[in-house]
Amino acid sequence: MKPKAIKHTRDLMGMTITVEIADYSAKESDIDMVFSYFESVEKRFSVFKDDSEITLINNGKISQSQYSEDMKTVFVLAEKTKSQTNGYFDIIAPDGKYNPSGIVKGWAIYNASKMLLEKGLKNFYVEAGGDIQAHGLNGQGMKWSVGIQNPFDPSQIVKVIRLKDMGIATSGTYRRGLHVYNPHNVKEPLTEIVSISVIGPNIYEADRFATTAFAMGAQGINFIENLKGFEGYMINKDGIAVQTSDFIRYL
Amino acid sequence: MKIHLKKVLVSLLVIVGFVFYAIYQRYFIAQPAMVTNPPPDTVADQSTSETVSTTTVSQAETAPSADTPVTLAGTSATTATTAENAPYKDGQYDGNIADAYYGLVQVRAIIQGGKITDVQFLSYPNDRSKSIQINTYAMPKLKAEAVKAQSAKVNIVTGATNTSRAFINSLTNALSQAQV
Repeated sequence: MKPKAIKHTRDLMGMTITVEIADYSAKESDIDMVFSYFESVEKRFSVFKDDSEITLINNGKISQSQYSEDMKTVFVLAEKTKSQTNGYFDIIAPDGKYNPSGIVKGWAIYNASKMLLEKGLKNFYVEAGGDIQAHGLNGQGMKWSVGIQNPFDPSQIVKVIRLKDMGIATSGTYRRGLHVYNPHNVKEPLTEIVSISVIGPNIYEADRFATTAFAMGAQGINFIENLKGFEGYMINKDGIAVQTSDFIRYL
Repeated sequence: MKIHLKKVLVSLLVIVGFVFYAIYQRYFIAQPAMVTNPPPDTVADQSTSETVSTTTVSQAETAPSADTPVTLAGTSATTATTAENAPYKDGQYDGNIADAYYGLVQVRAIIQGGKITDVQFLSYPNDRSKSIQINTYAMPKLKAEAVKAQSAKVNIVTGATNTSRAFINSLTNALSQAQV
């Protein structure tokens, strides 16, 4: 008997979120649980909501001792990332307000996946805005197939990879004419990279390193090559893709 | 001895001439031109182009609080024509914060002499981890290929969410404030 799969998509946090579960034991309520979780994340971390915790913090209405556990965690992660990046990553925006959205997405996908694992589910994925955490196998008993979107035509895919118990994130700017420069040498344009997809042990790490690699321009793929446990697929403005040496394992 | 003295004199003459030339260039020629240059903390292309020639997001190079050093240089035909048809008031204009799906984009347009001289990112969603020492990484030979569309059916698609729409949104807003 072919296992049933439940799949739902919702728009939350300004992006499309999809959850698919291929386990026999999958229930609608499992998917509802994930969406409720993302709703709670949005309520807490959305800088667009007047009554979100982050907005209240920014307006001085909540003191540090009153932060929720989630807020404290995100602040710790942000602080850690800040020190790992010599201060370049900072959730403090130019206006002096906190904006942790750069970290929240990968973190929330990762947490949602953990919640499903804790429910005893083994075969599912959680995807939000193009970032994915995939576990177990799909409804056909195969590893989840993931298509890397064509940066020049979002309706196409240019590479198919197979994932199990891993995360993949893509960072980039899908627009020709926007050139990325080395932040340490502004005058020298790097080969214009339009996207880099990074496979990692989980989506939180894959997301952080995809962003890092993207900011490094053409060198980004070497950075991923030297990063144990991560593989990457980078596409430049001329439509040339460069892959790390063990990327082939996922094809 | 005589020949040596000649050499010394010629050398001195060259040196003194060079110094005078340098002083002349520095104080009598270069200075007026420099007044029209942008402050050193912008890296805008000062050519006569009306297009958005350079956009800077470098933390070190621009506003200390700008949260990403990624620098994007872009040209936008729309912006160019707008600038031509409607000169802008000089100053700095911050665009609205636009949602780029998983982060926020906000730009600052800097207008000098009625022209856009710089567009800086005040916030950019890909704003993490920028200070990795690039040159320390080896250059392995990696497999390269031309991308081509695949027809396979997949379970999921990974892609970067589109930042540029938010960029244009924020820039348009900044420029609307700068309209004369």
